[in-house]
Amino acid sequence: MSERGGSRVAQSIESVGATAMNVAREVGGISMLTARVARCLVPPSMDGRELVRNMYKMGNQSVPIVALTAFFVGGIMVIQAGMYVKQFNAAGLVGWGAGYAIFREIGPVLIALMFSGRVGSNNTAELGTMTVTEQLDGLRALAIDPIRYLIVPRVVAMVVMLFILTVIGIAVAIAGGMLFCKLLLHLEYSTFYYSLVDNLDWTDFVHGLVKAAVFGLSISLTSCYFGVSVRGGATGVGRAVNAAVVAAAVSIMLLDFFLTYLLP
Amino acid sequence: MTIWPAARTRIERLGGVALDGLAAGVELARTFGATWRGVFRSQRPPGETANQMYIIGNKSLLFVAVTLGFIGMVMVYQSCLQINRITGDLSQIGPEFLKLLIQDFGPSITALMLATRVGAGIAAEIGSMKVTEQVDALRMSGVTPVDYLIAPRFIASVVMGGVLTVFGVLVAYSAGGLTAWTSFDLNPRTFFSTGRVELFDVTIGIIKTASYAMAIPVISGFCGLRARGSSEGVGAATTAAVIGSSLAVIVLNFMISGIGLILVGRGGG
Repeated sequence: MSERGGSRVAQSIESVGATAMNVAREVGGISMLTARVARCLVPPSMDGRELVRNMYKMGNQSVPIVALTAFFVGGIMVIQAGMYVKQFNAAGLVGWGAGYAIFREIGPVLIALMFSGRVGSNNTAELGTMTVTEQLDGLRALAIDPIRYLIVPRVVAMVVMLFILTVIGIAVAIAGGMLFCKLLLHLEYSTFYYSLVDNLDWTDFVHGLVKAAVFGLSISLTSCYFGVSVRGGATGVGRAVNAAVVAAAVSIMLLDFFLTYLLP
Repeated sequence: MTIWPAARTRIERLGGVALDGLAAGVELARTFGATWRGVFRSQRPPGETANQMYIIGNKSLLFVAVTLGFIGMVMVYQSCLQINRITGDLSQIGPEFLKLLIQDFGPSITALMLATRVGAGIAAEIGSMKVTEQVDALRMSGVTPVDYLIAPRFIASVVMGGVLTVFGVLVAYSAGGLTAWTSFDLNPRTFFSTGRVELFDVTIGIIKTASYAMAIPVISGFCGLRARGSSEGVGAATTAAVIGSSLAVIVLNFMISGIGLILVGRGGG
């Protein structure tokens, strides 16, 4: 673009415009993909074996990493709440503070970020490799719709599995919080438990789960989009994975913001 | 002649995973040491550090601004809701939010964002150099790949990680103040007060920022250098880099916060 000359001002305006066009193209592409996936889901028809295989690979095999993350996150939340407990001597609020943060915000968001890092980027890499080795064209030549055969099972598997993993992760985070509460703050398990149960109700839990489902949808669609739109060899795959995790992180934060306002 | 072949294979596999993990840990520690040596040996290509600073720092600016801005708004909104339900006194929310941002959320969330963006970028770039045998070419011309590839990214990440964290804290704090003002009618003068921040919080924040900024490029570069095969290998290396650096941020956060809590307990009596 710089061959055209022009002043620095014109160049910087050009680069802003180029970025905006790029974002618009990606948002448009993801929306188109969403529409095509939705059309395949009414009535639901997809490859069952592919669905189960993806669910196992994305869900079951992510349990250790999600549990490990959630365990430490529970500990971090208790430590943060513990700073206030030591200052104000408010032991009865630890469970409430840590639980509220884990249920509504930190639990769903951090688990979604880890899921995007592990499963989303893996998915982009896999679909990207299939794209650059022309396997998608091979499917089309066999009159198999790649969206129906490859994308739809992945989207469904990611949404279902992120939801389940969030439930597991929240449970582990609360257990980790209780454990570190005992070890670091020397509070009884029951103090933590009653502080949590008395101050929170099921709406807090559901709030987090709705977020998890929406995050799952956005991670799956962005990662599939960047996977099938790869151009150019191994470098292209690396770049696509990078773009996919960035897009997933931005969309998680944006959706988190809107859902926080919309949900009770 | 095994009695339970299935059980034996499973135990073997478990042991294999443990041994691989141990070997990778040792090699990662060695890479960390080699990176420090590379920083002092200055075998870096001229201009590469500045170039990496531009890629890691300037190009992440918009990403960090968007994510930290939204998370700042969400956190203030959620806390105001809870406080309204219990006491209704919102006057302490701004100072406490700033304290929490400086001490924990600012460095950690910025670092998590950098782990996804910068970590994936470093692993993808070095990984594709590895699978296209450019790293071997470097080695053949007598250059240590760690010095040449990881050290400049390490310096750039430490400098730019600090800058981006300060920027992220400012963005999140202003976004939070705006939310409190528009949604809860809280006077910005009450919100923007630094009264609760102590030297201790700033120290913890700086230690966290520095540790994350050191961990991310070393782990990602290490994953990139281990890439094998072709495009699948690059994809796998990128995934491993994102997971490894995010997990490192969370575990480091836990350890540093835990030590901080114990120190507070000693100091406060």
